[in-house]
Amino acid sequence: MPDEPLVLGIETSCDETGVGVVRGTTLLADAVASSVDEHARFGGVVPEVASRAHLEAMVPTIDRALKEAGVAARDLDGISVTAGPGLAGALLVGVSAAKAYAYALGKPLYGVNHLASHICVDQLEHGPLPEPTMALLVSGGHSSLLLSSDITSDVRPLGATIDDAAGEAFDKIARVLNLGFPGGPVIDRYAREGDPGAIAFPRGLTGPRDPAYDFSFSGLKTAVARWIEARRAAGEEVPVRDVSASFQEAVVDVLTRKAVRACKDEGVDHLMIGGGVAANSRLRALAQERCEAAGIRLRVPRPKLCTDNGAMVAALGAEMVARNRAASDWDLSADSSLPVTDPHVPGHGHSHDHVHEVSKENLYS
Amino acid sequence: MLLLALDTATPAVTVALHDGTDVIASSSQVDARRHGELLLPAVDRVLAEAGLRLDAVTGIVAGTGPGPYTGLRVGLMTADTFGLALGVPVYGVCTLDGLALAADLEEPFVVATDARRKEVYWARYADSRTRLTDPAVDRPADIAGQVAGVPAVGAGALLYPDTFPRAHGPEHGSAAALARLAAERLAAGEELPAPRPLYLRRPDAQVPKNYKVVTPK
Ligand SMILES: [Zn+2]
Repeated sequence: MPDEPLVLGIETSCDETGVGVVRGTTLLADAVASSVDEHARFGGVVPEVASRAHLEAMVPTIDRALKEAGVAARDLDGISVTAGPGLAGALLVGVSAAKAYAYALGKPLYGVNHLASHICVDQLEHGPLPEPTMALLVSGGHSSLLLSSDITSDVRPLGATIDDAAGEAFDKIARVLNLGFPGGPVIDRYAREGDPGAIAFPRGLTGPRDPAYDFSFSGLKTAVARWIEARRAAGEEVPVRDVSASFQEAVVDVLTRKAVRACKDEGVDHLMIGGGVAANSRLRALAQERCEAAGIRLRVPRPKLCTDNGAMVAALGAEMVARNRAASDWDLSADSSLPVTDPHVPGHGHSHDHVHEVSKENLYS
Repeated sequence: MLLLALDTATPAVTVALHDGTDVIASSSQVDARRHGELLLPAVDRVLAEAGLRLDAVTGIVAGTGPGPYTGLRVGLMTADTFGLALGVPVYGVCTLDGLALAADLEEPFVVATDARRKEVYWARYADSRTRLTDPAVDRPADIAGQVAGVPAVGAGALLYPDTFPRAHGPEHGSAAALARLAAERLAAGEELPAPRPLYLRRPDAQVPKNYKVVTPK
């Protein structure tokens, strides 16, 4: 529909410079420049390397997104940007760009939450989010179960990891196995040829008295590393495929078990999974199986929309416009620990009308 | 000509407008931790003071540092994105050159800003418009011989009186001075480079040797 909001979204919370363009719930462009190769030899994302790469990549990536979308900047209804959570210095590059772009074009600015964006992106794949939505977010930086009755105003955390994020555990085990960085895709690949039942690795926080929706992957990581070290100490070959499959099974077993339980407990009949780990093939398969058995409808966006990208930020920005949420102010900060309960960062004053103070009008109106 | 200049490479967030003849409005706020929050409102204020809109600007001038990276990038990213949105050129001018012009000296001197970690960003000048050395980052004691006997300006010089006994103001970067420099050079037909950040240090990152064994000994 032509009257749906046309929004450009900017994402720089980690190592991807993402710029997306959406119209309402329709994806028009998803341009991403990744610095992941520059981090590989360090075995993890180096914040300063990521920030430098964002500065270099931003203008070309905005250009590319607009061309891909076939729209002109002056036709945008708003600019949205990840205000947090994420790496402070990296976030600040995106926030600076978004503010300058919105100001220069005379458009409203929406500083939005990275986690809420991961949920909202599913609108581009499967249409408007059911209300409420149960979401399992799993990536290198986060692992949480969230319940949202309105993605622009109400996101309630049910549980989260108490130590490592799920994706972090994949990276660490890949390192123990000398498989390189990032660990998720390579472990997924080896696991396909391994036996998930070969080794009984522990399922963290699944005891009867443990918190129902929290996660812990630190104990699992240590158990896997010890198991591997014992084989090496004994001079035995490490069965990389079986270790990968058994480790991965332990992670996705806990994730899907708790997510399905949360849906049942809250009476929610569908589950969305987002974040980089949602690209894991075993997680998708097991979630599908368990959701079907429980009568729950599963919504998982395509892998490219699960990893960090600008389209997800644009999707949430478009929802902010559609629901008339207050825009952010020009002094919007990057907040590395923005709480998940804040889907966006509205401006503090009501007098601010997001047009130029001098002209009191849109630059292009 | 209407130039909008920004510099966030020192603790000051500075903005200035130059109409080709002179600086017509400017703002400078010293707060090393809030560059991201302060810059856009400062641009808005400076434009309001001049009674102009951003789309009247014909070029953007950005201080390229050297300076602490996080703050430096706020100005450079803002300048680049303004350039993209307005379709005007973005020029880079070394932040130390702005300080040198603001110092208004006709004799040889040194500009030194605070690089943190007990180091300074610095360069030598023959006079306020002539830089003699590439910007560098060093420990003050290591460059004492190269900066001896001449006046020094900038917060880095004021911080280390043993190395810079003749230190005085100005302390921080100045967008007004950058705008003047850029206007002079453009009027003289010079080409100004696109802004490239002067980081002068590699990112702090170490290639891990091996993972830490977890089995207790
Ligand atoms: Zn993410």
